[in-house]
Amino acid sequence: MAYPYSIWPLVAILVSLLATLPIMAFNDRAPNLREGSTLMAAVAKFMIVAAMIPTVMQGGGFELTLAEVIPGVPIQLRVDGMGLFFALVASFLWIFTSLYSIGYMRSLGEHDQTRYFASFAVAISATIGVAFSANLLTMYLFYEMLSLSTYPLVAHEQTAEARASGRKYLTYILGTSIGLVLPAMLITYQAAGTLDFTQGGILTGCASPNTVALLLVLFIFGFAKAGIMPFHGWLPAAMVAPTPVSSFLHGVAVVKVGVFSILRVIFDIFGPDLLRDLNLGVVIATIASITILTASLVALTQDNLKRRLAYSTIGQLSYMILGAGMLTAAGMTGGVLHIAMHAFGKITLFFCAGAIYVAHHKKYISQMDGLGRKMPITYLAFFLGSMSIIGMPPMGGFLSKWNLVIGAFEAQQIVLVVVLLVSSLLNAAYFFPIVYRGFFAKLPEGETESGVQEAPLFCLLPLSITALCSLVLFFFPQIFLGLIRVALFP
Amino acid sequence: MDAMLQDVVAKYNYWIYVVLMMIGFYAMIGKRNLVKKLLGMNIFQTAIILFFVSIGVKRGGAIPILDKYKVLESGVDAAQIVNPLPHVLMLTAIVVSVSVTGVALAVMQRIHREYGTLEEDEILERIGE
Amino acid sequence: MTFTNLHLYALATPLLTAFFVNLLGRLSRNWIAPLVVLSLCFSSVFSGVTLFNVLKHGAYRYTVGNWQPPFGIELVIDHLSALMMVLVSVVALVATLASLKCVERELPGREHLFFTLYLILIAGLIGLVLTGDAFNLYVLLEITSITTYGLIAMGKGRAPLASFNYIIMGSIGACFYLLGVGYLYILTGTLNMADIASRIAGLDAPAALATAFGFIMVGLWVKMAFFPLHSWLPNAYSLAPTGAGLMIAPLMTKVTVYLMIRVIFSVFTPSYAFFQHAGVQSAIVWVAAAAIVCASSLALAQRDLRRMLTFIIVAEVGYMVGGVWLANTQGMTGAILHIVNDALMTLCLFLAAAAIYYRTGSLKLENLNGLYRKMPVTMAAFTIGAFAMIGIPPTCGFFSKWYLIMGGIEAGQWGYVGALLFSSLVNAILFFRIIEIAFFPKGEHGHGHGHEPIRMEEAPFLILKPLVLTAIALIAVGFGTGPLVNNIIRLAIPAGF
Repeated sequence: MAYPYSIWPLVAILVSLLATLPIMAFNDRAPNLREGSTLMAAVAKFMIVAAMIPTVMQGGGFELTLAEVIPGVPIQLRVDGMGLFFALVASFLWIFTSLYSIGYMRSLGEHDQTRYFASFAVAISATIGVAFSANLLTMYLFYEMLSLSTYPLVAHEQTAEARASGRKYLTYILGTSIGLVLPAMLITYQAAGTLDFTQGGILTGCASPNTVALLLVLFIFGFAKAGIMPFHGWLPAAMVAPTPVSSFLHGVAVVKVGVFSILRVIFDIFGPDLLRDLNLGVVIATIASITILTASLVALTQDNLKRRLAYSTIGQLSYMILGAGMLTAAGMTGGVLHIAMHAFGKITLFFCAGAIYVAHHKKYISQMDGLGRKMPITYLAFFLGSMSIIGMPPMGGFLSKWNLVIGAFEAQQIVLVVVLLVSSLLNAAYFFPIVYRGFFAKLPEGETESGVQEAPLFCLLPLSITALCSLVLFFFPQIFLGLIRVALFP
Repeated sequence: MDAMLQDVVAKYNYWIYVVLMMIGFYAMIGKRNLVKKLLGMNIFQTAIILFFVSIGVKRGGAIPILDKYKVLESGVDAAQIVNPLPHVLMLTAIVVSVSVTGVALAVMQRIHREYGTLEEDEILERIGE
Repeated sequence: MTFTNLHLYALATPLLTAFFVNLLGRLSRNWIAPLVVLSLCFSSVFSGVTLFNVLKHGAYRYTVGNWQPPFGIELVIDHLSALMMVLVSVVALVATLASLKCVERELPGREHLFFTLYLILIAGLIGLVLTGDAFNLYVLLEITSITTYGLIAMGKGRAPLASFNYIIMGSIGACFYLLGVGYLYILTGTLNMADIASRIAGLDAPAALATAFGFIMVGLWVKMAFFPLHSWLPNAYSLAPTGAGLMIAPLMTKVTVYLMIRVIFSVFTPSYAFFQHAGVQSAIVWVAAAAIVCASSLALAQRDLRRMLTFIIVAEVGYMVGGVWLANTQGMTGAILHIVNDALMTLCLFLAAAAIYYRTGSLKLENLNGLYRKMPVTMAAFTIGAFAMIGIPPTCGFFSKWYLIMGGIEAGQWGYVGALLFSSLVNAILFFRIIEIAFFPKGEHGHGHGHEPIRMEEAPFLILKPLVLTAIALIAVGFGTGPLVNNIIRLAIPAGF
């Protein structure tokens, strides 16, 4: 697949990377200008990404080789359906996260905001970089860049707990990427002589079935950002980060980069046909199913709202991988689509959790009785978001889950259907009580009904919009579906 | 046994250098006194110099100083003269070993000024204090 | 070719300047900096032009004083030695900028002595890289070693003792090398590398040849601190004056690794070195793997930044020796690439350490608190250096590791591959431990919003500039890996290997 040369993919990545310069220059002296540059970069990035939609929808794309570093493996960017799909989700949501960050950070009077915004900008660049990578090496480069740029965000609080979490985060993420992905990548290169993402895979016919199976396991566990158990421990720990970080990075960018990487590898390195021939879809599906069920069960037991969301994320991420593992058209579509649907839903939920913390300084679900009456908009958004995650119509999440269930039937894996349904029930079981208690439970001792007390507008606006987006996506998923079709079935 | 003995005797120069070298090596590694270590190093280097010089020797060979006219007349019979090249090389090696010894002595002086002793154990004790 | 003796000037300039530095530096220390920097600038330019010439016209040989080989001393200027020459002179130049500042503070009044030795050392290193004569190599090896002994002994406290240990070990190494050369001389009657190589081919004395090879290798391994012969290095390098460490640490071991490659290529053939004796080749790779694992583990135990770095150097020597002895093109490419990269990475980290030491007076890990705020630029560069050591793309460290691991996979040396990955992980722990300490301000435990202002106090410009340059070079070389490998390193490896 040779696409025309274009500078735009690089520009899309660099926009936010270069925004770190004004961010650091303005510093705390001019916070408005600093946040202004963040927002401008966000909008510019989204526009650039969005401008590529028409070309890609027609089966086109863009390509840019930066440097030929290793024979056959240049550092190369390429925009195709799959990458654009992910970039679109990430860059769109970054706008709202930036808005939300401003509200959140200012209301809480957080320290080191410059470092925060700068790291954030680097992280989103890396995310888009992963989306636009043309080969495994380039992707690995941006993947590591993301890991490192998010470390200051995770450890932002600078408390002993934050330090420990930061350490845990890096241990898991770097440990797996160096220990598992790197050798897997090298073995792949050794076998195939290339690392280029190619429709239908590059490994067909150049590696023994055992090698392929080994590589598959190495890759799936190696991209630990996807939170496949047992390499999920960093995600709940990383919840000590400020909520915008959790919402965007641990609801959208970081974790989805993990999933995206795994899907890329499954689709464009192994190729569905090869996996189907070797009957390796089962391996993927099994690993994913275990994670889905376990994570959902654990989520039930969490009282800290953000931790519950974190475990929910772990479970949902595996949906996407499960979808790919079904190796059927509907399953793969559902898996990829769930990246977007879950992103919109989960970011809403995290935004809500942050809004609750900003307005009332509450972290634990047990303290939130009756809170819905004080924050009706927030709780309504939370309700919509959780419906989307559970997969109820008329929310976007329904579409992806529907596709997943169909995919499971297509693959004639009734077990997987059961897994999906049980998990959805569990999702409902850990989300709805929160909403119910928020609206209907009695206030805790010592609190009085004091009318509506919402978070500041900068917090409220983004979460309302993302909640509405989840709703809208149910009716208008065409762009996403179109991109997926281009990506998977050209 | 006889054959082996003959071997040893025939190549006695090698055996001497090996024995000398081992003595030096032992002193460098085994002794705890810095001066003895340095002496060991010198023995070690001398052994190698001996080795080099000995390989230039030829039975009945003359010293390699030639009469120009004779050479012009009848040429050089390499079998009749000792090979001078190893000697020349060893001149350089001696220079090197003298320089190393010099540096080592200077360094040792500094150590002595610092710790007041050249026994390694005592120095380490002082560092530990 | 009009510039055929530029390489000689690259060697001669620092050597001659050394005397002027000693003479004029005695009169006024104002002479020292311009002389040293200028001479190294010339040296770098000459080296650069030489490399350019080699790339354009191919390798050539040069006889010093017109004494014809095999009797005269021959210099070999091929892709490999030209590359090394550029590396040595440029790294030396960059290190010198910073070491001028460090020496001024640490050895006031003795600068002229320091830089005399320093320049002779550089001249020696360039000579080592160029020489095509086995005995000349020994002499130059000792020139570099003796100057290094002196430089290290100028340090404070235990430095003389460390230097003495280095003298003993270094002399053993050099003597072993000399012995090996002696055997070769007995066998071939010549000392010119190319000449030896051509005569070895028709020789029927396997035991003597193996002895020669063994002695030479062991000698070089002692000199390069190949585990388990490394014991002298950590003390010597960490106790040396900061200014000396800046140049010695990046260059000495790397040049010795180059010598090993040179001896294998030019004296013994690769086919002899790697394949003549069954099992030796893979045994050495295993030793290299052990070296990497052990040295990395030992690095974990260190509480001082510079000492920790010295153990990493030992581990990196394992990388390179292992890469060479994998006996395939990938591994050899990786080893040569790693010589370049590791020199730059070590330089970057030692410069950062020098900057930190200059400002805070301590390199104890626990005293590094809050450095990101105090010295942001220094720490940014340090971070890049750390990433390169860990092997995170696009820094250059990743790509040499890539080739090394590829070589390991190709050779089926899984122990070595595992060791490389292990060491990457350990490096990650090592450096992130420091980054974490430096990231958080002092004494801030448990309360996140306390905000005690830390005054920014960057290192002096003369240290900062080379540091930033080196950090940028780490990334630039990373992106330039492709051309570097294709245009230089591939050509440096003999055909058919």
